Amino acid sequence: MRVYFDYNATTPLSPESADAVARATRETFGNASSVHHFGQQAKASLDIARSAVGELIHADPSEIIFTSGGTESDNFAIRGVAEASEALGRKHLIASAIEHEAVLNTFRALARRGWKTTLLAVDHTGVVSPDRLREAITDDTAVVSVMHANNEIGTIQPIAELSSIAHAHGALMHTDAVQSAGKIPVDVAALGVDLLSLSAHKFNGPKGAGVLWSKRGIRIQPILTGGKHERNRRAGTENVPAIAGLGVAAQLARGKMTSEGERVAALRDRLERGIVANVPGTAVNGGGSPRVPNTTNISFDRVEAESVLIALDLEGVAVSTGSACSSGTLEPSHVLKAMGLPVHRTQNSLRFSLGMFSTEQEVDFVVGVLPRIVEKLRGLTRKTAQL
Amino acid sequence: MRIVVAMSGGVDSSVAAALLADQGHDVIGLSMQLYDQSEGQTSFGSCCTLDDLYDARRVAAAINIPHYILNFEKQFDEQVVSNFVREYASGRTPLPCAHCNSDLKFATLVERARGFGADAVATGHYARVARDPTTGRHTLKRGVDSSKDQSYFLFSLTQNQLARAVFPVGDRAKDAVRDYARAKQLPVADKPDSQEICFIPNDDYASFVSKHAPEVSRDGVIVDEEGRVLGGHGGVHRFTIGQRKGLGLQGSPTGAPLYVIALNPVDSQVVVGPKASLERTTLTASGVNWVIREPASPVHAAAQIRHRHQAAAATIRSLGDGKAEVVFATPQIAVTPGQAVVFYEGDSVLGGGWID
Repeated sequence: MRVYFDYNATTPLSPESADAVARATRETFGNASSVHHFGQQAKASLDIARSAVGELIHADPSEIIFTSGGTESDNFAIRGVAEASEALGRKHLIASAIEHEAVLNTFRALARRGWKTTLLAVDHTGVVSPDRLREAITDDTAVVSVMHANNEIGTIQPIAELSSIAHAHGALMHTDAVQSAGKIPVDVAALGVDLLSLSAHKFNGPKGAGVLWSKRGIRIQPILTGGKHERNRRAGTENVPAIAGLGVAAQLARGKMTSEGERVAALRDRLERGIVANVPGTAVNGGGSPRVPNTTNISFDRVEAESVLIALDLEGVAVSTGSACSSGTLEPSHVLKAMGLPVHRTQNSLRFSLGMFSTEQEVDFVVGVLPRIVEKLRGLTRKTAQL
Repeated sequence: MRIVVAMSGGVDSSVAAALLADQGHDVIGLSMQLYDQSEGQTSFGSCCTLDDLYDARRVAAAINIPHYILNFEKQFDEQVVSNFVREYASGRTPLPCAHCNSDLKFATLVERARGFGADAVATGHYARVARDPTTGRHTLKRGVDSSKDQSYFLFSLTQNQLARAVFPVGDRAKDAVRDYARAKQLPVADKPDSQEICFIPNDDYASFVSKHAPEVSRDGVIVDEEGRVLGGHGGVHRFTIGQRKGLGLQGSPTGAPLYVIALNPVDSQVVVGPKASLERTTLTASGVNWVIREPASPVHAAAQIRHRHQAAAATIRSLGDGKAEVVFATPQIAVTPGQAVVFYEGDSVLGGGWID
């Protein structure tokens, strides 16, 4: 049995989305900027996808810019606003300490070029308190970037409240909704944001397609310059097949969000309960906060998460340590660290993320194999320690 | 049988993995990330992109086995690097590969392997392990290719460790290993052999030691055996016993070539002398591992005092307490504290220890 519980890394394509990609690859080869029939067909594909994404996030399709994915969208939002704000003397950027590397490393790059950056701490439940933003924000702040849902622990951040604080100081609000779009309702107006990133492959669409939603009229500069694609906001020939797949994925996700959310949450809860009940020395990270329905992050005492991950894979179960790199670094998770958790919890945690094709049988299989694996690894560690 | 192969990305461990997979074993490739490899490329990430790890991954994909990278930076630093630096700082010439074998590959890695359901760990070493069916004990033997033999670096493996060790290329010649790699179209078939010490960039061990133990970079003098000062130096860790080149001396008073014959870290002195002064007929060793059994009476065997040394006839006597005395039949050049002395009877390793 092969179990894939790493949906936060990427998801399998839905058959509908795969069909859309394949069809567009074969049939819609035109350049969407071309005047002729072939170009018009391609453009029509993009517009269908644009409308579908607009409906998913309750946004006007004209405000949707297609990108290559979450990382580009985050870069676009932050660098684009930073550049446009420079002339106003706003040279301060704020993000949470638990952002994805796409945001954190963009901040580091801008900090090297003289931007002042502040990372907001989170509390032990993995949530940014609006008070932290109130303390950090100034009238020089250009943009506040806080993710909608965290990729490692799934916690949902109070974006609406943070947005109003940002706006009170004339700053723009960006949210990286890569881990929430398609999983929970995302409404740009309700969130009060100015910019929002999402990525198709996190909700059963293809890789290589993402969106930056950018509210009309806000101050932002393009970061990719060239032709007049995407209404002059993002140059480069659009990846029509992937975007067509994105549109279908958005439509599907919206259609069954409630039912699928409930189904996946039940599976996640069953998995979480099963692990905590059957494996001693475990603790759920971020479990007390509102979370996306598919994610749980669990720390295992007295065992290397790296070893558990490999042993699980050898049993056919794919999960993640939450860190970006398979070779790992001994760096503890920056998310768990920001929550103030002790080292044994920050270094030895596993992320289980479920989705469209997850089943109860898979959950029970994982709950069945995990206690034995952890017990075995712990036994070996004990023995070595005694030598 | 499920076997973990320690894959370095080189041709030997790649062929080891391929051979075992061919024999129908359930092979898992593991690569150890041992040190921060980002040096010199700090602006880009340090992990997952390095050439050797990349090669190991490509080989694993080519022979269709799972492959994982384990982070052993902490263990490697504690068990290998710190010892390496300490040894140089005390005027000795360490042998980190032997420590890595017995303290990491056949210790920590074996433990991890067991956690993954594998009872054996294979490496690309040129050495052989044989089990004596009557005693049940394991013998460590030289690799068939004597020019590549690496049993010297494995002398400190215990019986328990040997019982879990597999050396698939040990009974092959290097050329045959390369031929096999080519026949299997392994992407590393023509990759050059690795040289020297893996964690030392550009083989510049002196800079490495200076960086990790700045206190050893103490200037000192080079003296002859009578204590006459012949020159200066930038730290005793830059020298090894028997070294002739790079002494920075204008020439010896007598015109005969001068060799490093002793290192005195306390006074930061490097003692040089003629080649004859390098000759020794006896040595003692500590931390001795008797692979077969500790001999009750002196044994006549061949003793090898460095990797590229022709093992020489000697009488070896256990002094107990992990110590041994070695008396050579003829004087040997450059007996170097910190290196290993390994005792052989024919192809078999009787044991070995660290030269005092």
